[in-house]
Amino acid sequence: MSSLLLDAEALYADLLAGVRMLLQPGSALVGIWSGGAWLAERLQRDLKIDGEHGVISSALHRDDFGSRGMAAGADHTRLPFEVEGRHIVLIDDVLFTGRTTRAVINELFDFGRPASVTLAVLVDRGGRELPIQPAFSAARVALPRGQRLSLARDEAGRFSFDIKDAA
Amino acid sequence: MLSKRNPQLNAHGELIHLLSIEGLPKAVLTQILDTAGTFLSVNDREVKKVPLLRGKSVFNLFFENSTRTRTTFEIAAKRLSADVINLDIARSSTAKGESLLDTIANLSAMHADMFVVRHSESGAPYLIAQHCAPHVHVVNAGDGRHAHPTQGLLDMYTIRHYKRDFTQLTVAIVGDIVHSRVARSDIHALTTLGVPEIRAVGPKTLVPGDLREMGVRVCHDMAEGIRGADVIIMLRLQNERMSGAMLPSAGEFFKNYGLTPEKLAFAKPDAIVMHPGPINRGVEIDSAVADGTQSVILPQVTFGIAVRMAVMSIIAGNNA
Repeated sequence: MSSLLLDAEALYADLLAGVRMLLQPGSALVGIWSGGAWLAERLQRDLKIDGEHGVISSALHRDDFGSRGMAAGADHTRLPFEVEGRHIVLIDDVLFTGRTTRAVINELFDFGRPASVTLAVLVDRGGRELPIQPAFSAARVALPRGQRLSLARDEAGRFSFDIKDAA
Repeated sequence: MLSKRNPQLNAHGELIHLLSIEGLPKAVLTQILDTAGTFLSVNDREVKKVPLLRGKSVFNLFFENSTRTRTTFEIAAKRLSADVINLDIARSSTAKGESLLDTIANLSAMHADMFVVRHSESGAPYLIAQHCAPHVHVVNAGDGRHAHPTQGLLDMYTIRHYKRDFTQLTVAIVGDIVHSRVARSDIHALTTLGVPEIRAVGPKTLVPGDLREMGVRVCHDMAEGIRGADVIIMLRLQNERMSGAMLPSAGEFFKNYGLTPEKLAFAKPDAIVMHPGPINRGVEIDSAVADGTQSVILPQVTFGIAVRMAVMSIIAGNNA
């Protein structure tokens, strides 16, 4: 699988349709920093949801803090709505081990007790290390473990994928 | 300190102890300020605690009295989920003759992960950092006249919060600079962050001329010193450190250098007034200024907790 075969814009159209199906009255979109936050921002606009989307960071709940230390440059969590009792739809660009998802669910619960949490992702690349499954993924791909797949956004706001071999 | 590399940094240039702001690169200072911004928002959550230091033990070793600094370090460590042990050293083993390094060795045997140290001797936190186990981190909470790096950093956080850009600012530090480790840490931080004009203001006995070597403009006239300033940092007149007749009287000092609304009018209209606390009303600052609209003295205390959380979480996450 090369990055050429992953058309991020086409997958975004599928994600838009998938997330539309997941919404219920009072749902709130929360994007996982950074790629998921870009997706949530655009989904919020395209789905004409009132108010602002949320952004959530895994930095304060990561399980690799002991070995990797504080994440530098990560944005902090901004949830401009009441979490208590809300239906939260988490949005991420790439789902891999599930560890980031676990961390942001812990982060989310520091703000209150949501009615439900569902997960929608652009790409599910397998390789899970925790029992976490998305309610919707626009694509499933298999990549070598050492490769890093992440979303990029250009100045015009168009999405593409970035693939790097781990150093 | 004669060392091949800065003892605060590991081989990758990451912060493992915070001993002094002197010699720290701008990127490290900026990382601390940015991280503090993240922690400030933890106060708005239903759960005001994050698990980064869960299972770690932080020992507050205060060989010199302090209520505010010790309390804010304790709150910061607890918000990071650490176990906090406060030792009032003045009343414990040191009084029985135990040496500093023996005290540290004993506390290390109790599985300490971090020491927060205040000591009347300059350099004491360095000595501890050099002799503790590689996984143990040291934070200087004030050593002698040398440094008070977390106060310097919280002052920088406060300035950035209200003024955004360091590179256009005039900052006046006023009062007892000769005895002030806060002033020294502030000057190093302001210089590293690119503040073009730093002034030290006070009487000749309290404002040493060698500050000029640090790139600071020395002013013995208050009006000249604060004219056009964006930020005024008032320092406490440190009676407990005064030896000999350095000042005629506290009243005389207030008349010449105490910050009153009349003197504050020389600064820019949107200037902020800072003070590391505790304040001596009517000695270095007038109540009308301390409680006035330009005072950011209480926000400094709030920012101080977030900055100390940032320092402790960054050093705890980096290995020697």
